[in-house]
Formats: sequence, C-alpha cells, structure tokens
Amino acid sequence: MTAYTLRTVRTMLTTWYAYMTTYRAEIFLWAIATSLPLIMMGVWVEAGDSGKFTGFTAVDAARYFIAVFAVRQLTIVWVIYEFEYHVVSGKLSPLLLHPIDPAVRYVTELLGEQMSRLPFGALLIGLCFFIQPRALWGDADDPGLWTPAWWRVGLAIVACYAAFLLRFLLQYTTALLAFWLERVSALDSLTMIPYTFLSGLVIPLQVMPDATREIVLLTPFPYMVWLPATLLAGGEVDLVRGFGTLAVWIALLWVVNRWLWRRGLRHYSAMGA
Amino acid sequence: MKRYAQTLLRFWSTSVSAEMEYRANFVLTAIQSTLALGGALFVLWSLFRTGYQMGGWDWPSAMLVVAAYTVMEGFASTFLTPNREQVGEMVREGTLDFVLLKPIDTQFWLSARKVRVWGVPNLVLGWLLAGFAWTRLGGGDAAVEPSVWGAVGFVAALGLGLVILYAMGYLLSTLTIWFVKMNNITIAMQSLLEAGRYPVSAYPAAYRVFFTFVLPVAFMTTTPAELVTGRAGAEVLAVAAGAAGVLLLGSRWFWRRALRSYTSASS
Repeated sequence: MTAYTLRTVRTMLTTWYAYMTTYRAEIFLWAIATSLPLIMMGVWVEAGDSGKFTGFTAVDAARYFIAVFAVRQLTIVWVIYEFEYHVVSGKLSPLLLHPIDPAVRYVTELLGEQMSRLPFGALLIGLCFFIQPRALWGDADDPGLWTPAWWRVGLAIVACYAAFLLRFLLQYTTALLAFWLERVSALDSLTMIPYTFLSGLVIPLQVMPDATREIVLLTPFPYMVWLPATLLAGGEVDLVRGFGTLAVWIALLWVVNRWLWRRGLRHYSAMGA
Repeated sequence: MKRYAQTLLRFWSTSVSAEMEYRANFVLTAIQSTLALGGALFVLWSLFRTGYQMGGWDWPSAMLVVAAYTVMEGFASTFLTPNREQVGEMVREGTLDFVLLKPIDTQFWLSARKVRVWGVPNLVLGWLLAGFAWTRLGGGDAAVEPSVWGAVGFVAALGLGLVILYAMGYLLSTLTIWFVKMNNITIAMQSLLEAGRYPVSAYPAAYRVFFTFVLPVAFMTTTPAELVTGRAGAEVLAVAAGAAGVLLLGSRWFWRRALRSYTSASS
C-alpha cells in the first residue's frame, strides 16, 4: 500500500465519520435496533441459573452476550442496500470513474458509521453491566472477575475485524448479483436467517448438541459472531481450526467476489446514463 | 360507516394489485418466513432440550407464544409497517397536506391506505403453529387441558395485543410531525419486540417490568398463551382491554395534538 492510498483511505474514513455524526439522535436509535443480544442475554441468564446446562452458567451467559453485543457493534454491514440502489439508479457509474475501487468507499462508510455509533454502544454495554453486575464479579455458583487473558483480547480484536470482513464479503458478493437481478436485498434477508440462528447471536454454540455444532462450525456464520465473542467472554475455542476455517471462507468469498465483480461490470448497462 | 368500508376495500384492492407486480418477491418472503419460524423453533428446542422448563412453561405452551408472535409479526408487516413507512416521507416532503384535505379521517387514511401481501405467510404459519401446539397441549407430561374458553381467550387476547401494537406504533410515528427524522424509532421498537418470542416469565425481573409496563409486549404474546394454559383469567383480559382502549384513544388524542403544531413543509 502506497502513502497515497493510505492518505485516501484516511480521508474517506474521516469524511464518512463527519457525515454520519450529522444525525446523532438517529445513531442512538440504530444502536437500540441492535439490541437482540441483550434480549437473548435475559433468556439465557435465566436458563443458566436453572443449572440444567452443564458448563454454561448464568455468569457465562451474561459475559457471552455482552461480548456478542460488542462484536455486533463492530460488524454491522448493510452494503447490499446501498449497492442495490447504486446499480438500479445508475449512481454506480460516477463511482466507477474514481481512481479507486468502490469497495473501498463502501468499507470506509461502514467503518465511519461504526465509529460514530461507538459511544452509544459503550453506553448500552454499561447498562448491561448495571442490570447484570455478576458479569463483572461472578456469583456464588461461578465466582471470579471477568479478566480475559491479554492474548484472548488481542485475538478477539483480530477475529472481530476478520468477522467484519467476512460479513462484508458475504453481503457484498450477494450484492454483486444486482448486476443481473433487480431486488437483491430480498436475497440478503434470506442469508440473514442462517446468520441469526447459526452465528451464536441467539443460541451460544456451547449449548448446541455436539453433532449440530460440528455442522454449524463448517458454515461461515459462527465466525461472524461466536468466535470473537467466545474469545472475549472465555470458553473453549479450537484456535487453529477456528481461524483456519475463517481464513478459508474469507479467501473463497474474496475470489468469488472479484470474479463476479469483473463479470458484472461487463454486464452493467448503467441505467440512467 | 359504509363509505369507510368501501374506501377500505378500494385501498386494499389497489395496493394488492400494485404488489402483484413483484410475485417472485412473495415466493421469496414465503420461504423466508418458513425458515425463520423453523429457526425460532430451533431456539426453543435448544432451551427445552436439557429439561429446562423456561419460566415454568412446558414445550407446547411455549410454542403457543411463538405462534402468537408469528401472527403479530405477520399482522405488523401486512397492515402496519407499509403505512407507517410513508408518514415520515409525507411530513418531510409536505405531501401530508393532500391527505389532510381529503374528506375522510386522516388517521384512517394514514393507517389503512396500504396493505402488503408479504406478511400473509407469517399470518398463515402463525395460526398453523397455534393449531399444532393446541393438539399437543393435553398429551405427555403437560398438565394443561385445552378448553374452548382457552381458545376464545387466545384469539381475544391476541386481537387486543394487535390493537396495542397498532396504537403504540401510531403514537411513535406521530412524533415525526415534530422530529422529521424519526423513522428509525419504529425500527428500534420492532427489534425490542423480538423479546415477545418467549414467555415474559422466562426473563429476569428487570426485563419483565420493562416488557410489561414500558413496551407491553407481554400482553401481545404471553397473555394469549396464558389464557389457554389457565395461568391467567378473565381479569388479565380486562386489563389488556383497558390498556388497548387507553392507548387507542391516546393515539387519537396525540395525533390531533400533533396536527395543531404541524407546519407544512411545502407551503
């Protein structure tokens, strides 16, 4: 990466950040809209309290879902809606004239929005610790502070941005079908379903039956939420296998994405141009 | 009254025929609703698998809650969301003026103008699941005897829940008169409604208070199922009816109040 590209990316990031902070009240509402992990935290904390789930206590549940919420704050992607609009309206054409791949624009936009949402996310995490203080101190059944090892935190950050990339690639690759189809955002709502149920967003993989978990671990979805969240919250992770599968999925989607992009551009007829 | 019925018929037939342009979309959403319901049952199964009695509920009764939630979701995406989406835009562009001038009640127009067939699969699936859960109620270790009164209570409470949902949605979208960029508040509300997939007693105490008194999703999904299982009696139904009535009148009053401070964007 040359100094020029770095400077461009930095400018794009700061511009998007400034753009996103225009409507701060709206950002707060967006942050609330990502509160599904907090709802699930309630359900699973009660479940953990029953003691019917071996190796998954209420404290584990509280920590896990707070971590899920944090990971979700950094991995929200909606590129498909924007890309679909750009293709259908022909707004993609001027972007193609820029001396930089439009993907850079989309990624920096998402990262800029993420940064603007950060304070609100932190606020909601604070609220979680307020309603579930045992996530911090532990309780009688599961004593001990929540102090993840430094290497776990480091790996969690790496996994988190890898999760963002994977999620972006999956959605952007689907979005590229907009060159051929009219309403690709409907396809995205289809991929949202396995994402919701298999990524660990509503069911922690720890409590799934072994056979189910083995199958789920082969799909890309658990690496979008479960892997970074478990690294942060504590719990067993097969690091080599986890990061290996993650890398394979990223590589695979990257290749498909670039191939579709080239094919799609040739097919693109620039509506409205 | 007859005029309103005729108008409603026209509204719906025109919006259905407009929707029919996207038939493939309907198939896609039908598949999506089915998969999503499968996912919801998978979550429920994961919770019950190890013998955990979620909030003291058995498996068929908890399925009734999921059924009520699915019906509610279908109702919202068929009747509520398409209408709610347009209000913000109308305030921003000033096209609300044209609606105000029409010789028909504005709240009626804004709440009934559009209908979207995509929500129908959820409505059908919800009732199917409710019927299935109903047949499971008596059997096995479940101690609940299904009764006709339970079924009547389920339908009545669900209906009241939908009225509450409508009134709350309308109250919130009325805020767009003052704060133009408020569309996301309904999205935020919808994501909190997800809590209604599980009986309210499956949550810790703080959540229960919130989902009963602040965002009364408990009335929409838990109460109908409780009337079937006999945990709740007619008095809860009366409370739900009271809440629905107050919220409905409140939404009407609040809308009129808001209109007084409406300063059209176009003139």
